[in-house]
Amino acid sequence: MRYLPKSDLERRQMLETLGLARMEDLYAHLPNEALLDRPLNIPPGKSEYEIADYFRARGAENAMGFANFLGAGVYSHYRPVLVDTVVSRGEFLTSYTPYQAEISQGTLTSIFEFQTMLCQLTGMDVANASMYDGSSALPEAALMARRITGRHRLVVARNVHPEHREVLRTYTQYERIEVEEADYNAESGCVDVKQVESKTDDATAAVLIQSPNFFGVLENVGQLAEIAHAKGALLVFLFTEAVSLGLLEPPRDADIVAGELQSFAIPPSYGGPFAGILATKEKFMRQLPGRLVGQTKDANGNRAFCLTLSAREQHIRREKATSNICTNQALIALMATVFMTVYGKAGLRELAVQNLSKAHYLGAKLKQRFSGAYFNEFAAVTTDAQAANRKLEQRKIIGGLPLKRFYPELEDSVLLCCTETSRREQMDEVARVMAE
Amino acid sequence: MITKVRSHLSQNEPLLFEISSPGKQGYQLPELDVPEVDPAAALGAAYVRSEIEGFPEVSEVDAIRHFTRLSTWNYAIDLGLYPLGSCTMKYNPRINEQVARTEGLAWIHPYQAESLAQGAMEILASLERALLEITGMEAITLQPAAGAHGELTGMMLVRAMLEARGNPRRTVIVPDSAHGTNPATVRMAGYEIANIASNDQGMIDIAALERMVTEDTAALMLTNPNTVGIFEVHIREIAAILHARGAQLYMDGANMNALAGIARPGDFGVDVMHLNLHKTFSTPHGGGGPGSGPVAVKQHLEAFLPKPRLAKDGSQWRWNYNRPQSIGRVRAFYGNFGVLVRALAYIQAHGGPGLKAATMDALLNANYLRKLLEPHYQIAYPAPSMHECVFSDSRQAARGVSTGAIAKRLIDYGFHPYTVNFPLIVHGALMIEPTETEGKRELDAFAEALIAIAQEVEQQPALVLEAPHSTRVSRVDETGAARNPVLKFTART
Repeated sequence: MRYLPKSDLERRQMLETLGLARMEDLYAHLPNEALLDRPLNIPPGKSEYEIADYFRARGAENAMGFANFLGAGVYSHYRPVLVDTVVSRGEFLTSYTPYQAEISQGTLTSIFEFQTMLCQLTGMDVANASMYDGSSALPEAALMARRITGRHRLVVARNVHPEHREVLRTYTQYERIEVEEADYNAESGCVDVKQVESKTDDATAAVLIQSPNFFGVLENVGQLAEIAHAKGALLVFLFTEAVSLGLLEPPRDADIVAGELQSFAIPPSYGGPFAGILATKEKFMRQLPGRLVGQTKDANGNRAFCLTLSAREQHIRREKATSNICTNQALIALMATVFMTVYGKAGLRELAVQNLSKAHYLGAKLKQRFSGAYFNEFAAVTTDAQAANRKLEQRKIIGGLPLKRFYPELEDSVLLCCTETSRREQMDEVARVMAE
Repeated sequence: MITKVRSHLSQNEPLLFEISSPGKQGYQLPELDVPEVDPAAALGAAYVRSEIEGFPEVSEVDAIRHFTRLSTWNYAIDLGLYPLGSCTMKYNPRINEQVARTEGLAWIHPYQAESLAQGAMEILASLERALLEITGMEAITLQPAAGAHGELTGMMLVRAMLEARGNPRRTVIVPDSAHGTNPATVRMAGYEIANIASNDQGMIDIAALERMVTEDTAALMLTNPNTVGIFEVHIREIAAILHARGAQLYMDGANMNALAGIARPGDFGVDVMHLNLHKTFSTPHGGGGPGSGPVAVKQHLEAFLPKPRLAKDGSQWRWNYNRPQSIGRVRAFYGNFGVLVRALAYIQAHGGPGLKAATMDALLNANYLRKLLEPHYQIAYPAPSMHECVFSDSRQAARGVSTGAIAKRLIDYGFHPYTVNFPLIVHGALMIEPTETEGKRELDAFAEALIAIAQEVEQQPALVLEAPHSTRVSRVDETGAARNPVLKFTART
């Protein structure tokens, strides 16, 4: 067994030290009826070669080598080589949560840089060290809003990612929180501002919106913040396409920003692992869940970093903690950190402009379902989305997402996404097939 | 004498923002093959931001040196024993990293047609089968993103099931030795916490439990082996007490590395449990995540599992969303697929016999360390240890040196410290979990270090109290960090 470093000789020596005869004596004190009386029904161990072969074969059963026009919360962006180079270093890969600051300055420093860059991107004062993903960051933002306001109702836009809204319902169902939905405007694709206004009242803890929203359309954050604030509610802003932050005005008027960083060099990987983020204003800092890294000094006065404000967290506060969350997504957040570093100030904007340009190239060839401004994905009207996707599949292209999956009334619409990896001839092909 | 380490140079490195310089870049995009769109024209000027103030501008060479230099400031399993109790810091096989990056796996979009994701679904199904065999449970969800997320899922399942039976009940019993996530989870699932004190053996007090469990009790949340590394030998009686009053037994599977291949929670009365794939099944901790926290249940809880669930029509896998009693989704998509791939690769590498051999080696290592250290440190409980051993600092505290200081001194000897001050029921706990990854030489060196420190405590306690002495940064002021939080870089003006 190649992962077990001991020889049988070593085992015998160690057993001797313990005064035991056999390995099985190590658990002889367990009650008989608790013991498994047969070997596990799992085949014997396999070699590296066989394992690699198995997974290669499974990989070949998926859509390998296809061009992809799906977005809807998971985006196919190029991953700079430096990303895997850095996260493959054993010092990052095989370390634990940086509890022992003196021998964890690498992880702590990189998280401090991550927190800083997320603040710069979102316009918030404080960002945490990451959450599981965007879909769990959203309910954590909602619970945070409840703690801050002491109120128990939420108004969530219906064009927030449908699966994120499902997670929100799961998280809130036993917390005595009422979730109301505000529909989208059928013409623009934006949230219906009048509905938000009429549903927001003195009991509303937060209004939750996403921009670009699930249809790819930009929301008017300032206006929605005003509506929420007029009733003493918070505005929670969700983003699922982080590249948009390179170009779009940051959500400065929001009170809490929840986001998904998958676009920052995190592979789609069938939906995970990703990294989420929560950011907020300084005054709400102590209500943030999750890890935070802070700057401090060592005994000699040198700059150093450590985990901080842990009085919010479960290992100190137990049932009074801001959340039960324990881990962050450090290694995945590090992918995002390296990505942001490689692209930098100019690159992230240029990348975003390429996304915008590609999407608008394809968008101009198709009939738009909504009139609102869009970044890199949009809903197009089509006669038969399924048939078009089947034809595209034969050309090794994965088409858009038929929106009726989540919105029965949008039976004629398909959500398409273009990124910097979309090629002109493939976009032409998509437009041609969808027009057939 | 310190044998494992010798001091060496490490590079200084400022923050990214301090090495940043206008006009530097580390990227190159391909030339646009479509007309460039003017953002202000397409979106409206009000929607377009000005430059990202403060964002880094560095070259590719700057970037790789920056992160490589930072990496050298970390301790890691690849450098040696990492004995954090309850964290199961074992070797992370590199083949797992390679297979998770297979193109056909890393680039699957969660919304591509099921017919174009059959390989991924087969992997998930294989992992489900293996984990059910290892736990002895009857159904499993791979959706939760981490252990604490799994706990929350599990407690919601209990609540949903009890609600369906007509009464969700009010309290969940949590031992005073439990991980902090347990009580925090219980509250998020809408329950009140009832703490139960451990007995003088570090185990659940059966008589006290008998008195506590009522028709109002939803569940007992138990870690087994518990957080002092002791197997709850009365586990079947515990289950019987709960079941007799319609309550559930939840097992926190954090310590499953003590059981895989030798005992199965499903066989000793557990109704619902979570696993930590980043502990027992070797997926890398990565400095604090990603994890994965599958939740396994008995049949009576199956209907409530998160949706969607894997189903098979003939030879084709599909996702079944028609789950009317489900608690709903606990996250988008299907779980941390990339982590699940790694866990399956680990199980394949070990196979059934290897998993059992690994468990036995983990028990051997913990008991071996216990034996070597017992003359020098106070063992917390006399009961036999499983995969970890917990000492108290009581002898050293009498000389004014606490577990925290001993931990810092251990760093000078070249080791990552054990878990400090947990569980809370032990005075100044030293919680040591070596895992199966260590050979005799590394264990001997670790024991020698701790024994040497015990002598230092007697002879020159100041040496211990001011440790670490050999790290890049000396003792970090955590109190100052919390008093005056600086959570992001700000350019000095």
